This record gives sequence, structure tokens and C-alpha cells, in this order.
Amino acid sequence: MNWFLKPATERSTQCFVGVLIAALAVVCVLNLALPVANPLHVSTYTVALLGKYLCYALLAVAVDLVWGYLGILSLGHGAFFALGGYAMGMYLMRQIGDRGVYGDPVLPDFMVFLNWDHLPWYWQGFDMAGFAFLMVLLAPGVLALVFGFLAFRSRVTGVYLSIITQALTFALMLAFFRNEMGFGGNNGLTDFKELLGFPISADGTRLGLFLASGVALGLGYWLCRAIVASKLGRVCVAARDAEARVRFIGYRVERVQLFVFVVSAMLAGVAGALYVPQVGIINPSQFSPLFSIEIVVWVALGGRATLYGAVIGAILVNYAKTVFTGVMPDAWLFALGGLFVVCTVLLPRGLAGLMQWRRRGARHDDETTGKEAMA
Amino acid sequence: MTLLRTITALVLLGCLAVLGLGNAQAQDAASPQQAPPELRALAADSYTAKSRAIQDLVASHAPRTRIWLQALLDGKLQRLEDDGRFVIVTNNRGRDWTVIDAVDDAPLGEVSRRHIDRITINNALRNQLRSAMAILDLDADDPAERLASADRLIGEVDDSLAEPLSERLDAESDPDVRAKLAQALALYRLQSGDAGQIDAAIDTLSGSLNPTVRAALGQVARGDGEAAAAAQQALAGIEQTLKLNHAAETLYFGLSLGSVLVLAAIGLAITFGVMGVINMAHGELIMLGAYTTWMLQQLLPGQPGLALILSIPAGFLVSALVGVIIERSVIRFLKGRPLETLLATFGVSLILQQLVRTVISPLNRTVVTPEWMSGSLVVNEALSLTLNRLYVLGFALVVFAALVLVMRRTRLGLEVRAVTQNRSMARAMGIHATRVDILTFALGSGVAGLAGVALSQLTNVGPNLGQNYIIDSFMVVVFGGVGNLWGALVAGMSLGVINQVIEPWAGAVLAKVIVLVFIILFIQKRPRGLFPQKGRAAEG
Repeated sequence: MNWFLKPATERSTQCFVGVLIAALAVVCVLNLALPVANPLHVSTYTVALLGKYLCYALLAVAVDLVWGYLGILSLGHGAFFALGGYAMGMYLMRQIGDRGVYGDPVLPDFMVFLNWDHLPWYWQGFDMAGFAFLMVLLAPGVLALVFGFLAFRSRVTGVYLSIITQALTFALMLAFFRNEMGFGGNNGLTDFKELLGFPISADGTRLGLFLASGVALGLGYWLCRAIVASKLGRVCVAARDAEARVRFIGYRVERVQLFVFVVSAMLAGVAGALYVPQVGIINPSQFSPLFSIEIVVWVALGGRATLYGAVIGAILVNYAKTVFTGVMPDAWLFALGGLFVVCTVLLPRGLAGLMQWRRRGARHDDETTGKEAMA
Repeated sequence: MTLLRTITALVLLGCLAVLGLGNAQAQDAASPQQAPPELRALAADSYTAKSRAIQDLVASHAPRTRIWLQALLDGKLQRLEDDGRFVIVTNNRGRDWTVIDAVDDAPLGEVSRRHIDRITINNALRNQLRSAMAILDLDADDPAERLASADRLIGEVDDSLAEPLSERLDAESDPDVRAKLAQALALYRLQSGDAGQIDAAIDTLSGSLNPTVRAALGQVARGDGEAAAAAQQALAGIEQTLKLNHAAETLYFGLSLGSVLVLAAIGLAITFGVMGVINMAHGELIMLGAYTTWMLQQLLPGQPGLALILSIPAGFLVSALVGVIIERSVIRFLKGRPLETLLATFGVSLILQQLVRTVISPLNRTVVTPEWMSGSLVVNEALSLTLNRLYVLGFALVVFAALVLVMRRTRLGLEVRAVTQNRSMARAMGIHATRVDILTFALGSGVAGLAGVALSQLTNVGPNLGQNYIIDSFMVVVFGGVGNLWGALVAGMSLGVINQVIEPWAGAVLAKVIVLVFIILFIQKRPRGLFPQKGRAAEG
């Protein structure tokens, strides 16, 4: 477990974990200790919103792990996120029990509506929390394993891989839109009642979910740091910068890629699973290629191959999205589109790069921000 | 015939005009209508009498029989209460109806509808009228009219028609009309159950694709005896032909879908395939082409055809211009960084989409299909090809051929290939690489505009038009082999056909999913597509 404890010695990880814990604590205090009338009081709505941002941040970390350190631009991470979300959603649907509109003790409402008389086989077992949480990891993990195995084995890389991952999530979106798939069609899964026995819209549950998202983000970040700092991480970076050379030295690059890709997919799945109860719905639009590519721009804005940059980017962009879509919804796509262009043309290393650039001279660039990192 | 009638009517009208209308009115009042007795008999009370009157009328060969029968069928042949004059109502809105004289077309002005007696008919009479008119139309000079009327007679022949129809058959010269008439008669004989004629009838009917004929044959086939066996055989033959036609139709729709894919993808085959630039805004360039068509149609109201033809160069120019702007302002800063190019152009695509939403409308716009492109080409009764798809198919092939020519035969094509294969060497040979970049990108983008012009004839024009095609287009290029125009053609067409073949049993959405999964798996097997580039160019 030596490799797993390594991040504890890193300055950046210490900072990150410290800031995260402090932020979580502050939000808790402001939410619980202050009266509602106090201007500094953080409402439950805001807590849920912040929880959502934290899930997005974890998702961004997962994308940064493969894009920043493996050089694989995945335009399909939204699919892993959504699969984790659907696994959680299925558990929450089964928890509704006979409190649905049609009152069927086993079948979710949409199945009753479609005149189905029994539960499809792939819905079995989702009434057990343990099984469902296992599927949160396994569903995206297995998809990533199969997809990655096929792709990396035949050395599909670069732009091709990006386009194929986009096609993957597009295909899944089309499939999940079908009512016959048994995942609620275009309405998705919603109207959840309780999670692990706690009523889902209660203030305490919200705060708990927020904290769980924060902890998941912290652990996910830690895991990624540990991977990146290990020998395996060094092979990743080497393969990113000169794949053929690493192969010639004797490393099985495709295995390294597959491992990291699967870990990243599972992290995305966890993010999705925490996202669903806080938002209250999961539907096929999470599979849309636009969502997946938006994740990438969070990472690009924050700065590739820094991990903490991904977190900053995800929170900033989503905060901007919340503000924009509330104030002037038409302008959001302009802003997002502009962000894509600005990030790539003017800020190739993102905000993190901007910070490092200011400090340049005092310290030498570390290995992750070498010139080849951008190629 | 019709012309003759019109002339007669005109001459008559002319005479009336000379006499003076007021005079004519007085004259009409003085001399009652010279209606033939068959027409008078139509006013009988009983339907049986009316039926006989119709038969007599047809037999009389009076010149205006066809008009009267039609008016009777439409309920417009009526009778004035005052003088028993037969009139045809030309406008029956409101309280006063405009009527003309049934015999000589003389306008009689407006008459209160309460002073008009309607000549009522029932369904049996309606059927009789339709077949009677079909028989009359068989006398038409125009073979197409005769053919249409013979077609209408299939399944409508009854005892009273059988005799005159076989006479017509003998007199008919046009082979198509003969075949149809023979079918109509054969169907009558099949249904009348005359054992002596059934075999010959089945023989005539085998090979017919008419649904009525199939139903009748099916009925006979369900019975037993020799006739049933023969009918079954004939039916099997018909089913076979139908299957073939169905396959041809699937192929046609597949090729049509494929031509759309090819159009959308060949622009990409140039920018992505040849230049190696990932342009995610390609779909939006297609959309701009479609909007150009819409805009030109707004500018030239009433001339959709002209606007469509003009929009071919206009769509090309608009998209090419926007393409050049994208290239100059974004892509050139990202040379050699494909993933960043992908992201930046995706941003551009979002901006273009939102721009159209804000400036024009978030709603779909309809582009009018000009008359010469609507309708369909009828091959036989089971297969008709819609014209607009046929045009788009042809257009795609023309654009493709032009593009291949440009790349193979022109100086620009040569320079593009040189710069793609070895940029610095090409520059050393004196090729202006930046200029070539701009021109190539303009060409690829312009072709996207052409795709948009074509697409506007097939689908709705909306801000999401491009988004729907971008993934498919990339799939076509990747499937066909990057940097290969022929690959894009073969891949587009085959994907289109595969999609249409799967669709009937899998549904439209699942068919798309299956095709995408198929391509993902295919890429595993052949990462460089159907037609991989060979040699040094492949290493880039």
C-alpha cells in the first residue's frame, strides 16, 4: 500500500485535501449552525447544487486522468457517468416500492404504464443496495473494459479513438431513448422517494449526499494522484508522449492504458451515482455527445494533467452555466463555444498553466507540463 | 376531343356574345332547352329508371355525355324548377348558386338554390357512373388517359361492362392499355367463376402487381381444384416479383440515404482526410448551406426552382467563406494538435448553432420543393421512386465526380496532395502552403454547403440539422479510410443500404445503433478503414 500513501507527501495533494475538507466543513456549518434569515446561511438548494458541482468535479478528474496522463481524449465519459447514474437510479426506483402512482409493489411506474407484467432480468437484484452499488462500479467498468480492450489492442488512438468514443455514447443515447430498453425511455428514471431508508428530499439527506460527494471527490483525487505518482503513472506519461518508444522498451502499453481507462470509467460511474439522488432524475440526455465534450472543456479550462485544474474547471464552468442559464439562457451556448476556442487557442494549459507560468523561473517545470504534453 | 369540345363551346359563346347576352336570355326563355330524351330520363324518380337512363345515355354517344355523367356523379347536374331546364352548378356556396346550361354551357347567372331540383343518386348509381365514365375514357385520344381509365376498371367490371369491354380490347392498339384491359376482363372472368375461362384468366393475371388482383387470386387459391393450384402458382410468382420490387425499393432508399451520407462526408473527407484537420463544425457548414437555400427562397418568392438552382453556387460560397474564416481565426493556430482542433471547432459549431437560433429562429424552417422535383417516378404498381431523392442521388454523384476531378486533374489538387504528403518538401518546391490550406479548407467547407442545399430538399431545415449528421459523417470517413474519396463513396453508400436493410426488423433507432456498433467493431479489425492509404502518406 506504499504507493497509495505516496500522495500524502505531496504538497499539491495536501493543499487540495486541506482546501476540500475546509470547504466541506464551512458549508456544513453555514447550513446547519446559522438561522435561515442570516445572509450567510447556505440553503439546502445551494447544498444540492454544490453537491452536483462536486460530482462534476470527480467526473472531470476521471477525464483528466485519461486525457492528461494517458493522452486519450475520451468524448464518451458521459456514458460511464450516465451508466453509474442509471445503476443508482434503478436502485432508487426499486426503493419506491408501492408508493408509485400505480402502486405496483415491484414494477416501476413506467413499466406498468407500458403494460409490462414482470421485471426484466437486468432489473433483478437492484432492490439490494450492496448489489446496486457494486453495479455502479461494474456497469461502466465492464463497458470500459470491453471497449478499451478492443480499442487499445488494435492501437486505435488519437482522433480516431475520440470519434469512436463519441459514437459509443451517441449509440447508447439512442438506445436508452427507446422505451423497449426498459430504462424509462426519454423520461428516464425519476420520482425517487428514499435512499438507504432516508427520505431523499430531506435536508439531512441532501447534506449527507453533499458530504459523500466531497469525500468521493477527495478519495478519487487521491487515487488518481497515487496512480499518477506511481511507476505505472510514469509509464502512462511516457506512453502519452512517445508510445512507440515505450513499446520498444518492452512495456505492454495497451494493458496500462486499459487499466487506467477502466479506473477512470469507474470513477465516472461513482460520480454519476452520487449525482442522480441529488438531481433527482437520470435520463438519456446524459449520454448526449454534447455533455461528454463539455466535460472535456472543464478539464481544458482548468488545465490538463494537473487533476486539481480539472476540479477548478468543472466548478467554474458549471457555476457560470448556472448563472448564465438563469440570467440569459441564449448566451450560454455562445459562452461555452467561446470557451472551447479560447481554452484551446489562447490557454493551451488552462488556468493551472496560467498560475504555473506566473511562478516560472522560481521553479523548473515538473514532468507533466513538458512541451510534449500538449501534443 | 377535349379541344374540339372547348372550341365548340367557345364558338357557341362567341355567337351568344354577338347576339347580345340580354337577347340570348330572352331567346332562351322563349325556346325551351333542347335536351336529348336520355338526359330527360335522368330526372326519373326511381333509381332503376335512372340506371337505365345512364345506360341509354352512354349508348347514345351524345357528345356531352362525359360532362353530364361527371356532373351527375359530383351532384352538380340539377334541374331548374321553373322550366325544367337541366343545368350544371358551378358554384354552390351561399344562397344563390351560379349555374350554366347543361346543353350549351350558356351562363344562366345566379339562381336561388330553392328553385333548383337536385337529381339524386345512390351508391349503386355512383359505381355505375364511374365504370361508365371509364368506358367513355377508353375512347380518349391520349393513350395515358386510356391507360388510367383501364387501370380504374380493374375490379370494377360487372356483367354489363364485360361485353363492351372485350370489344374495346379488340379495338385497342396501345399494348399497355391492352394489357390493363385484358387484366380487368380476366379479373371479371375469374370472379364470375366460369370454369372454362378461369385458367386463361389466371394466366393473364399472373404477373400483375395490382392489389385487387392479388386479393382475388388469393380467394381462388383458398378453394380447391385445378384452378386453385393454378392461382397459387400465379400468386407465388406475384409474391416473388413483389419481393424483388421490395428489395429494389430498399436498395433505392438505402442508396438515397447513402447519397446524403456521401454528400455530408466528402467535404469532411477533404478537410479531415486530406488535410488532417478535424472540423467538428462541418455539420454546421451543412446547416448554413441549407439555410442559404431557405433564404434565397424567401428572397425569390414564387420561384422555388430558380432559388434552388441559385443556391447551389450560393450555398457553396457561403459555407466556403465561413470555412475560411474558421480556418484563419482558429484552426491555423492549432496545427499539429488534432485533439485541440477538435475541441475548438466544436466550440465554433456551438456558436454557429446558437447564432442561427438567435438570428433566424430556433424553429424549423420549410424549404419548398420545386414542382419538377416533387412527385415520383412510377416504375410499376409496386415500385415508385420519389423524384427528389433521385435528384439528390444524382447530385451527390455529380459533386463526387467533380471533386475527384479537382483532386486528380487540377493544379490545386496536385498542390493539395503535395502539401499533405510532405509539407516542407512541397514548400521547397515553391508551393504556397498557406494558400493551399485556405483553398482546401474552402473546398471542403463549400462541399458541405452543397450537402446542405441537397438536404434542404429531404429534411427540415433547423439549427440542429448539422448535429444530426456530424457523427455519421465522421463514421463514413473513418469507415471508408481517411484521405480517400472513393472510400467515402463506397462507405457512405454501403452504410446507407445496410441501415435500410436492418431497419424493417430492428426499427429506425436500433438500426442506427447497430450500424454504429458495427463500425466500432470494424475499426478494431481494420483501423485504417476499408481503403487504407498506402506508402508514406499513411504514416502521418
